[in-house]
Amino acid sequence: MALKYVEEYRDGDLAKKLIQSIKDLDVDPIRLMEVCGTHTMSIFRYGIKGVLPDNITLLSGPGCPVCVTAQKDIDTFIEFAKSEQFIVTTFGDLLKVPGSVSSLQKEKASGSDVRIVYSPFDSLKIATDNPDKEIIFCAVGFETTIPTIAATLLAAKSQNIKNFSIHSSHKLTPPALAALMQTDGVEIDGFILPGHVSVITGTDAYKEVHKQYNIPSVIAGFEPIDILKAILMLAKQNKNNKPALENAYQRAVTDQGNIKAKKIMHQVFEVGHATWRGIGEIPDSGMILREQFKCYDACSKFNMNIKETKEPKACACGEILMGLKTPEDCKLYAKACTPMNPVGPCMVSSEGSCAAYYKYNR
Amino acid sequence: MAEDKVLLDHGSGGKISHSMVSDLILPLFDNPALAMLDDGATLDITSEQIAFSTDTYVVEPIFFPGGNIGDLAVNGTVNDVAMCGATPLYMSVGLILEEGLPIKDLKKILTTMADAAKKAGINIVTGDTKVVPKGKADKIFINTSGVGILPDNVNVTGANAQPGDKIIISGTIADHGITVLSAREDLKMESDIKTDSAPLNHMVKAIIDSGNDINVLRDPTRGGLGTTLNEIAAQSNVEIRLKENAIPIKGAVAGMCELLGFDPLYIANEGKLIAFAPSEHAERILEIIKKDEFGKDACIIGEVMPGDSNPEGKGKVFMETLIGGTRIVDMLTGEQLPRIC
Repeated sequence: MALKYVEEYRDGDLAKKLIQSIKDLDVDPIRLMEVCGTHTMSIFRYGIKGVLPDNITLLSGPGCPVCVTAQKDIDTFIEFAKSEQFIVTTFGDLLKVPGSVSSLQKEKASGSDVRIVYSPFDSLKIATDNPDKEIIFCAVGFETTIPTIAATLLAAKSQNIKNFSIHSSHKLTPPALAALMQTDGVEIDGFILPGHVSVITGTDAYKEVHKQYNIPSVIAGFEPIDILKAILMLAKQNKNNKPALENAYQRAVTDQGNIKAKKIMHQVFEVGHATWRGIGEIPDSGMILREQFKCYDACSKFNMNIKETKEPKACACGEILMGLKTPEDCKLYAKACTPMNPVGPCMVSSEGSCAAYYKYNR
Repeated sequence: MAEDKVLLDHGSGGKISHSMVSDLILPLFDNPALAMLDDGATLDITSEQIAFSTDTYVVEPIFFPGGNIGDLAVNGTVNDVAMCGATPLYMSVGLILEEGLPIKDLKKILTTMADAAKKAGINIVTGDTKVVPKGKADKIFINTSGVGILPDNVNVTGANAQPGDKIIISGTIADHGITVLSAREDLKMESDIKTDSAPLNHMVKAIIDSGNDINVLRDPTRGGLGTTLNEIAAQSNVEIRLKENAIPIKGAVAGMCELLGFDPLYIANEGKLIAFAPSEHAERILEIIKKDEFGKDACIIGEVMPGDSNPEGKGKVFMETLIGGTRIVDMLTGEQLPRIC
């Protein structure tokens, strides 16, 4: 089952040529944001920052789904977990994220039934095996995961599974980019756009943001060669002062994206407001269940309404997610906040920038 | 034995316990010290120094491609004793069985243990069996302890890495952890990956007997290569540098890691060793390892930096990445894969 076309994108000689081309361009200092957490991890894993010239600064963006999940949503998952009536299913990354007073991991240790699933479909099997319990899936993620969760709900409907519901904290990428561009103090000279998300959305999804803010934007894959190529393209756009929307991940991303996945996603969900941790509410940046699927909304089904709580004071996750600060600028980083004792979600998620800095950069 | 499932009575110490020992266990682990059936084994040991190690196995699932909890438990302790530079001789086996475990599963596991012990050349000389009610344990847990004798002048602790040492790994990394993960029911993945569980004591003996200088021997089990090298860097207060493109990994294992988002540096191995040796000896040791049945893919993956090169780097592990960048290889935080051994 060896993966093909991976080695080619990790080729040391090709990387050296790309790095040299970036250096030769000698562009005025630019700040590029890798929007996606997987890019952040790749950049650290391959030591990309260290091989770039000083005129290129990379900033981590808001593209880690766990990191941007509002504390209120985490508290909601935890509240469900506390009751014996429920089995809470979740992707592994969410387990350690601290809510206002607890985490799913702590609740699990105290006896709550919290189960890690690799696919939301696993929740349906758990539902069938446990007819006397309600299974609640913590639906967190971007355009990459939303279609799978939509497909799960369609399956639940066709199989007439009634003891399954979700709490949706889904987020959309393009509105977040627009919100970033409108934020005071944010200085970004180009976006390295997420590869996985774009497989679903297609290049066209970014046209509006690109047009409105005239910002250099390149969709990139996750291998070091993909990322270096995108950086070179963004540097060229800056050098020539010709901002464009380009696709450096053509082996996976088309203009229109995955039409079938998008159709399923919009069949089950509709666009709504969403609260992003550390950033606040961004209009039309979330996905909420459509009326005919409201019966799968855990909060309305069980009348759950958790109060908004304040995020930890000194935690700079919000500013880090917007590229205003780096983890090292945060007072808590590597002191009060470590992967063993995370304060903010950026330190928990394997794709969080604080976790990446902590793991690879100290 | 008449029963087809383990009953609470099998751990009672009464008649049915005895029949399990005499019908099932003794014929498999046949040796004079065990056959005495005294409270403990009396052993002849002629050495100034012995090595002694213990480990407990709770792997889930208990059967996986290439092995099961039984040979894992024997090989694991054989290797821990061998990594002290010792020749493992005797082993104890403690079984904790869950009521209801099929006897045929138990028999299969014990048979595998007997075969593994034979292959390693170690005698299982004492043991114990307890049965707990259904739901109070998960099928079978095994504890093994082993003793071995140390030749004179062997000093291979993790605190002994020296500047200039070359670092050898005896084969591909991450095979065991990924095998167990893909064998789990909840992950429907098919692959031809097998555990690397194997006894390394013959390989270690060949290294020691060759007379080449060797400073560190470790088996990178839980936590993987990354964690073990961090432990050595800290114990010896040295800086370790790895080359990513030198680290051997099977294509299928690398593919699974990519898909699941795991870093193979932190995935468990059960039949690999890491050896640190001075440069001139390392090449000869590498050839010895390559001649062993379990060392064919051995290679040099890095080195210990000279002491004055980078004071900040002491106690740390760095890796030159495929594209020529450098990154730190940190200790694993938290459990990447629970219950892999």
